[in-house]
Amino acid sequence: MLDADFFRRWMAATAASVEREAERLTALDSPIGDADHGSNLLRGFRAVSAALEKEDPRTPGAILVLAGRQLISTVGGASGPLYGTLLRRTGKALGDAAEVDEAQLTAALRTGVEAVMALGGAAPGDKTMIDALSPAVDALDAGFGAARAAAEEGALATVPLQARKGRASYLGERSIGHQDPGATSSALLIAALAEANGE
Amino acid sequence: MSEDKLVGIVLVSHSAEVAASVAELAKGLAGGAASVPVAPAGGTEGGGLGTSSELIAAAAASVDRGAGVAVLTDLGSAVLTVKALLAEGDELPEGTELVDAPFVEGAVAAVVTASTGADLAAVRAAAEEAYTYRKV
Repeated sequence: MLDADFFRRWMAATAASVEREAERLTALDSPIGDADHGSNLLRGFRAVSAALEKEDPRTPGAILVLAGRQLISTVGGASGPLYGTLLRRTGKALGDAAEVDEAQLTAALRTGVEAVMALGGAAPGDKTMIDALSPAVDALDAGFGAARAAAEEGALATVPLQARKGRASYLGERSIGHQDPGATSSALLIAALAEANGE
Repeated sequence: MSEDKLVGIVLVSHSAEVAASVAELAKGLAGGAASVPVAPAGGTEGGGLGTSSELIAAAAASVDRGAGVAVLTDLGSAVLTVKALLAEGDELPEGTELVDAPFVEGAVAAVVTASTGADLAAVRAAAEEAYTYRKV
């Protein structure tokens, strides 16, 4: 079973990997975006860490709802409402249980990913976060390690795609050949899930 | 709809200057619209380019007279932030709606319509109709 500590470890591992990878995320965002993805997520996950420490929510659902709310209010770019909605909707789907099993987390994450798709209007293949998140959720039945591999593979597979959503879509064919920053940070989020599970 | 309960208008842009200028432009072009509550929510709290949910929530609260609030946005994270706030939370006043309209033309149409005491549906329709005005 996954308890509140697991979800705290997940958020902490995500924050730590955003600290490590912020420069790379911003570099990926330079040719096809506005070069702020790393710094935006850094601000967002620092706020998540601070809020979790201050408010000390006690259930998996409450932890993710609080984290999502922080991202929406502090990031300042499109990744704020997108990641915020992902975590908030996933948290709401977990309800107020003190512990959840992996199947419940998988179902809740699927609800979260669907909410992100509805919010941004993106589908798989549009060169967005969804290209990492969607295969990761599909692979979760086979474990966190499989989800991490699927997310990383999905992020790499955005390189040859032409962007169809967001600012990168204005570049048309010139967006081809670059790895999507959002899919890359989504792979970090899923890798942190495996890390929280000790994998 | 009585004159003392006007629809509020919030203008969300990535830029504080754009949001404030469009608010000023819309009120100026709307003539007797001085009474319409219009609030800009532009840029980040730090004054940079971006979107701030806190500025949006504060702007919406400041123009809420109980007749609803119409929110117009420019693009990208401005649209997504308002949608995320509407979909999930309780940060915006009841009766707040995101209006699908061109930012400048829609703002003018919304402010003029709101100044007549029209309800939120009429304000939204007027702003959306601005898309149909062709320039060529």
